[in-house]
Amino acid sequence: MTDYELVIIGGGPAGLAAGISARKNGIERILILERDKELGGILNQCIHNGFGLHTFQEELTGPEYADRYIQEVRKLRIECRLNTMVLDISPERKVTAVNPSDGMFEIQAQAVILAMGCRERPRGALNIPGYRPAGIFSAGTAQRLVNIEGYMPGKEVVILGSGDIGLIMARRMTLEGASVKAVAELMPYSSGLKRNIVQCLDDYGIPLMLSHTVVRIWGKERLEGITLAEVDEKGRPIPGTEEEISCDTLLLSVGLIPENELSKDCGIVLDPSTKGPEVNESLETTSEGIFACGNVLHVHDLVDYVSEEAELAGKYAAQYIKESKASQPVECIKEGKNGQSAVYRKEDKSSRPAELIREIRLIPESGVSYTVPQKISPARMPEQVTVRFRVRSIFHRCSVGVYFGERCIVQKKRLIMAPGEMESIMLSREKLREFPEIKTITIRIEEQMEEA
Amino acid sequence: MYDIVIIGAGVSGCAAARELSRYQADICVLEKEEDVCCGTSKANSGIVHAGYDAKPGTLKAKMNLLGNERMGLLSKELDFPFVRKGSLVVCTAKEELLRLQELYERGVKNGVKGLQILSREETLEMEPNISADVQSALFAPTGGIVCPFSMNIALAENAAVNGVEFHFNTEVRDIQRLEKGFRIETETGSYYAKCVINAAGIYADKLHNMVSGRKLSIIPRKGEYCLLDKNAGKHVSRTIFALPGAYGKGVLVTPTIHGNLLVGPTSVDIENKEGVDTTKEGLQEIAAKAGKNVENLPMREVITSFSGLRAHEESGDFVIGEAEDAPGFFDCAGIESPGLTSAPAVGVLLAELLQKKLNLEESTSYNGSRKGILDPRTLPIKERNKLIAGNPAYGRIICRCESITEGEIIDAARRPLGACSIDGIKRRTRAGMGRCQSGFCLPKVMEILARELQVSQTELTKCGGNSKLLKP
Repeated sequence: MTDYELVIIGGGPAGLAAGISARKNGIERILILERDKELGGILNQCIHNGFGLHTFQEELTGPEYADRYIQEVRKLRIECRLNTMVLDISPERKVTAVNPSDGMFEIQAQAVILAMGCRERPRGALNIPGYRPAGIFSAGTAQRLVNIEGYMPGKEVVILGSGDIGLIMARRMTLEGASVKAVAELMPYSSGLKRNIVQCLDDYGIPLMLSHTVVRIWGKERLEGITLAEVDEKGRPIPGTEEEISCDTLLLSVGLIPENELSKDCGIVLDPSTKGPEVNESLETTSEGIFACGNVLHVHDLVDYVSEEAELAGKYAAQYIKESKASQPVECIKEGKNGQSAVYRKEDKSSRPAELIREIRLIPESGVSYTVPQKISPARMPEQVTVRFRVRSIFHRCSVGVYFGERCIVQKKRLIMAPGEMESIMLSREKLREFPEIKTITIRIEEQMEEA
Repeated sequence: MYDIVIIGAGVSGCAAARELSRYQADICVLEKEEDVCCGTSKANSGIVHAGYDAKPGTLKAKMNLLGNERMGLLSKELDFPFVRKGSLVVCTAKEELLRLQELYERGVKNGVKGLQILSREETLEMEPNISADVQSALFAPTGGIVCPFSMNIALAENAAVNGVEFHFNTEVRDIQRLEKGFRIETETGSYYAKCVINAAGIYADKLHNMVSGRKLSIIPRKGEYCLLDKNAGKHVSRTIFALPGAYGKGVLVTPTIHGNLLVGPTSVDIENKEGVDTTKEGLQEIAAKAGKNVENLPMREVITSFSGLRAHEESGDFVIGEAEDAPGFFDCAGIESPGLTSAPAVGVLLAELLQKKLNLEESTSYNGSRKGILDPRTLPIKERNKLIAGNPAYGRIICRCESITEGEIIDAARRPLGACSIDGIKRRTRAGMGRCQSGFCLPKVMEILARELQVSQTELTKCGGNSKLLKP
């Protein structure tokens, strides 16, 4: 069995940024395990531009964005193994994997970062009645066929779901000569980015049919058409609104699911809302020394935020490795009422006073679907923690309310908020110190009073 | 002229082919699809029934019991997965207890071994997720689950290795009786045979009626199913049946041999023999009924749904044997449930009939054992690493959900009667059968299969015919 300080599961944008950050924070023996034959993850098939506006202040394509990180990983001589599938992670951080050149092997890691990304929901999850012909693909599969393999899956296309991949593929298929007849969305709003609706649908005259879904699939061998119907406010098809559309291809962009099979088997607690691990301010999961970032933690809207989050995960994992290695006690700031600070060993949880193991739960409420992190330790948190969240539906002229216990601390006015876009607020350690008694922080969306 | 032409490469046809391959005979199987196991054999519950269901004295009852008994040995000879986990028929209403008792007695009459009526407590101890309303249950320890694809494919491969020819994409259009034997007209030409075995599933009536005045009538009885993620696979540990009767046959809940949970089937007579589509009503019915006997079914974990057609013959029993007014024409018709369970016995019965008819002699080169596709996960680490060192394809995982390697996919394409479609690969290896339903592995499987078949990817089909995956 080989030993590494840090093993990163996944060589996509999250894994790469986490590795770079851990190296820059002083970790020597890092190993990135990637299941595909190349680094970069799903960015490799995202050949459109729009990546990197936040990170690099320029518009890059997916492969270009990935390449910046791949170059950096190479420069920093971070070890990567490709074609490598991780089969198991134990709570003691023993990683079992397999690849064609090494066979099955085990690695003992001091820390692990989960960066496995997410997968698309399949047709089966929607249970659309009908036959099971060729011509039904998830949007990401079609994207890979067109952009990497160089094959067109079809000529006349309907897209179900207006997630970002669906929107991007509407444009992509059009540019490749296909006719995209409609993008149908079950909800009364799109779950994609506004800019993608404008640039991928509006600019090409592709209709976005909100509150519509596919109720029937036609064609036994190859898809011949679908029946589209309008749905009521509960998502139930309204009889009499059915419309048949002939098409040879149906692309599904109906949601992304973080790939947490390994996490689950390891006993890591998952958040039912994000379907990713529950993490604290250090992005550490409920299994000590195992961190998570990127789409395996929660599905992001922009890769820039994945990189940002992964950089933090790398930093915190590095900190953890250094702390657990240090024979001398690790300094933690105790938050007594008198402001005294004290020093405790991290592993020795039992001897830590309540103040240090105190965790504040973050509670998503009215209109907020989740928060990441889900809990914060005031003692361990850095000066500022970014809390990311999404809203459940579209809100106009509202405000984001942050409550420490019952007390409203922040009220941030917003003109519009949509489920397709990730939101964030900052929590400062200083502010939290003013409230040593609170057990929860609630984030909720509130109607804004009309100004007179 | 062939000695025997078998029409249909489903589980019954292939079981007959395998049993007949013991003899010195020229045998050919004609199949209208691109692969074996493409009709009813691929879309059923995958259950090995104990045998208490069928009316005593019927062929169904006899074949069920014999088939069940033979399944263990056959699965070893042909290396396909089968487990005898036992099954429960659950009774949730006091007024139905009598019917449970009747079922028990019928089972005893049919010769089913080990049947037991369990108390409410015993039932719940065995299966904690069974409805709290449970009054009693019939426990059948000889019930089991099998992989229907692997079983069908194994029978076919073994038949092929022992000299049986398989002609795919060969739909039979007409059969004529000749002075000696039959002429079988197909899309691709005429075949001549001394004897015919009609194992054409849902179309067996059509073929039979071409040569016989004693008409058969097969009604497609549709059954829809939902397959749940492996996360839900341990919700019950045996097959849970509803008590047949009062509400129709009811919906069963069972773990599959590969660890998923299967819920279904519905039961609706339809007219269209190609009507393997799922329906809104059917899927709703499954969700509603399944919850009656098993609690907290995680229906949100559905990863796919499908439907199959039972070949229900009007008489209600299997029709196996030589047509009275068409000597040499052997029917294997009306093979609905328990057809999969019965197949090993049906194969033997048909082989005996044909052996007598044609006076066949045993072949000296017959080899009745077959090895399935090697699954590296079943090997100890040392051996697995030796395998990978010798063939690195066994270290490259293509289907991440089911952990299927490139080595297995290549094997599936190259072995006798190898896969020639994406569904063929799926049924042989499980690549694409997991929770992402081939979202990630499809392009990779396409690349490997095109390479193995030496065709362009644009030629690849999902399941033969016009089911091309790409539209260049």
